[in-house]
Amino acid sequence: MNLDPEMMEIAKVFFEECKEGLDVMESGLLNLDASADRETINTIFRAAHSIKGGAATFGFAEVANFTHGVETLLDEMRNGKRAITPEGTQVLLQGCDCLREMMAATEEGRALDQARIEALNREIGEILAAPGVHAAAAAASEPPSTAGPAADERAAAGAQAAAPASAGVGAGWRIRFEPVPALLKLRNEPTRMFAELARLGELTVRADLGAVPALADIDPESCYLAWDLELRGEVSKSALDEIFDWVDPACRLTFMPFGPQDAAPAVAAPPPAAIAAPAAAPVAAATPAPRPVPAAPAPVAAPAQIAARAPVVTPAPVAVSAPAAAAAPAAAKASAEAGSIRVATEKVDHMINLVGELVITQSMLNRFADGVEPEDLERLRQGLAQLARNTRDLQESVMQVRMMPISFAFNRFPRLVHDLSRKLGKKVDLRLTGEGTELDKTVLEKISDPLVHLVRNSLDHGIETPERRLAVGKPESGLLELAAFHEGGNIIIEVRDDGGGLNKAKILAKARDRGLVDPNQELGEDQIHNLIFMPGFSTADQISDVSGRGVGMDVVRRNINDLGGQVQITSREGHGSVIRIRLPLTLAILDGQLVRVGSETYVISLLAIVETIQVRKDQLSTIAGRTELFRLREEYIPVIKLHEMFDVSGGRQATEDGLLVVVEADGKRVGLLVNDLLAQQQVVVKSLEKNFRQVRGLAGATILGDGTVALIIDVPGLIDRNSADELRAGAARAARSERRAVRAA
Amino acid sequence: MSDENSALTAMAQKGGKAQAGDAKQYLTFMLAGEEYGVDILRVQEIKGWDTATRIPRTPSYVLGVINLRGAVVPVLGLRQRFGLDTVDFGPTTVVIVLRANGSRGERTVGIVVDAVSEVYNIDEANLLAPPDECHTLGSRFVKALATVEKKMVILLDVDLLVADDAVAADAVLEVAAA
Repeated sequence: MNLDPEMMEIAKVFFEECKEGLDVMESGLLNLDASADRETINTIFRAAHSIKGGAATFGFAEVANFTHGVETLLDEMRNGKRAITPEGTQVLLQGCDCLREMMAATEEGRALDQARIEALNREIGEILAAPGVHAAAAAASEPPSTAGPAADERAAAGAQAAAPASAGVGAGWRIRFEPVPALLKLRNEPTRMFAELARLGELTVRADLGAVPALADIDPESCYLAWDLELRGEVSKSALDEIFDWVDPACRLTFMPFGPQDAAPAVAAPPPAAIAAPAAAPVAAATPAPRPVPAAPAPVAAPAQIAARAPVVTPAPVAVSAPAAAAAPAAAKASAEAGSIRVATEKVDHMINLVGELVITQSMLNRFADGVEPEDLERLRQGLAQLARNTRDLQESVMQVRMMPISFAFNRFPRLVHDLSRKLGKKVDLRLTGEGTELDKTVLEKISDPLVHLVRNSLDHGIETPERRLAVGKPESGLLELAAFHEGGNIIIEVRDDGGGLNKAKILAKARDRGLVDPNQELGEDQIHNLIFMPGFSTADQISDVSGRGVGMDVVRRNINDLGGQVQITSREGHGSVIRIRLPLTLAILDGQLVRVGSETYVISLLAIVETIQVRKDQLSTIAGRTELFRLREEYIPVIKLHEMFDVSGGRQATEDGLLVVVEADGKRVGLLVNDLLAQQQVVVKSLEKNFRQVRGLAGATILGDGTVALIIDVPGLIDRNSADELRAGAARAARSERRAVRAA
Repeated sequence: MSDENSALTAMAQKGGKAQAGDAKQYLTFMLAGEEYGVDILRVQEIKGWDTATRIPRTPSYVLGVINLRGAVVPVLGLRQRFGLDTVDFGPTTVVIVLRANGSRGERTVGIVVDAVSEVYNIDEANLLAPPDECHTLGSRFVKALATVEKKMVILLDVDLLVADDAVAADAVLEVAAA
């Protein structure tokens, strides 16, 4: 698209909104079946309509045209002219996908996939072209008293209003609407509201010209009219409120339900539906009724005003202009519900950095408190305590800006499970819990793909076919559960299924076959389960496009480890599996334990620390004179001497007696030998990579209270034995090459 | 630090009057008696030497990382980088904080030099290519040579100087030397 840069900026917002709109459509469509209420389909319709309108505004004609087809189908569904069928829903879902693709193509300036668009357009056209069949089917499903498609709408409207209707709502409303003169300047369009009212029931509109001044005194942009409206039909007060929601509160608006005498032609609830049905049937026919209203006083009042309005109303097809009014307040409501603002991540990052600074200042002040006159001390301490509290609050609230509910990641699963289970011929119920659990935006973005892998795996390998499930006495539909919750300072995400569980014998056989495990090696249950995380492992007998290429689980684990998280699997054969992902709340701040290694200070994440033990040299035993082990109760854990690993001068004495910090990651433990434990404090994680490069064994750096930089130890990296070995070899290599460099110099 | 910066500005102004044309300004510094220059637009600031936090298992020329107003910035010892004899840091020892373009975007890196010298306006036309026959550790960072007031000034390529693949390049060079 050849938009100028300024327009492109605005278009970007449109693309964002479209994505949201498509999400709304998709989730609505997934919930859409014959029993769905009117509101669901209205929501879908509004989303489609906004996309169409936006696309047309920006000149994306193809998108607008395609959406128009989708919208037409939706409109007929919501009018009840067409029954909601699974086939129709499926086509609409495909329409969503196609629109998504079109949006992406438009945004990136690629060519559109014309074949796909046409195919779908044809399909939609076919559905639209077959009214009789569908309408008849719909009518058949209705009570015999109502007939014809128009009755569906009545029934739907009636059903929605049913609860409040019985007592408070008669068979209609008398509405007196006296707008403020500035009504039109405030961009309110009474005809649209009337058109919307006409959709709810039979509407009669009478304009009150009493307030129209003499021609010379008329301000062409003011509204001098008042209206008396009569709306017959089962309409709830809330439906009316919604329509008049946008009108300025200064307007005088009175609603009066019809008294018994008015309701005479329509006494009991169900029959009037039948009576009113034919009257309401031509919805389009009812709409012209309000249209002449502003035109009626034309000869008397403000010709300019009418002239300006008339062309707007007249050429627009009624069917389109009416929903426009419906879409506008709905969109406003939806965005208010989301209650969120779009903030550039950069800005938020900057804010987080600033707060990080504040934390540093505060801990710096804390250090000063150690050397102050005794009489000032108490006051200083109080002040510091307050500063600490304020800083912590501020930090927390700023961190919240980055936090997003996990529903952003979960939302795509209903669709994915829907499509995939269809494809695989399985029946699956998806249950999502804890969608409101919040986690850092970065973590959220990076966890989405691993989650998709896990869900696909559960569907493909875990949950059995309906026949097989029935054969083993399980319910026909499998249950897939995605749960998110807090535990300690972590977020836990669990993917649970009640499928077949992991087949240990098969996994082991496969692993031996692939040479991942030594043929004679005996493995425990957990170890076997963990084999599925090995690179190049897949037990699927047949490679499908769903899974089975063996590039799933190892990537999943690596991604999660990169986020500072861990993944665990527990499984019972025949009963299902649980995959448990543990993630840090945020990547920006961690609770750190400062440790002294020789003359240097390092930071270890408190989350990784299991315990700390005083050790003597004779408690360490060696294997092959090199690898040292420490006996911790029932197990031997490897010991990493940090001063050796990090080549720290003056760390010698640590070998004699030091502290062993036992850390855990991925279910494995190692002891880190350090000289001393220092303070515990929250530290702001700074990347080493940004200005330097990644250093193995280090997760980053932070700035301490005294302004110096301390390095943060990468516990999972150290624990990964291979990398630990590599580290040692690397250290030796580095030392050698350095000596050579010095010699060469 | 602000003093140093204003000194830098003063120097820049002094140099600025010298000549016009297609000239670029270079900040020069001393290293083991030789004068080196870097494009002044790449210089973020000059600050006094303060202790850096050593990063384990990095080449000896990586002196460590420092806290530059909240950013963690690596500091490279240029003497070590060029394989020169190291000297104790004196009162004139400074860190020149440079902005370099790496493969992952802009990076901020400090280099430790013996002393800051001058700011020169050097005409692009007067730059000389370094002779091909240099094979010392430092020579591959040389962008060009210039003559200012009858002295030779060695102009360095900032991006190459702090590139993170420099270690690999070192290894290649070592093999070639052996």
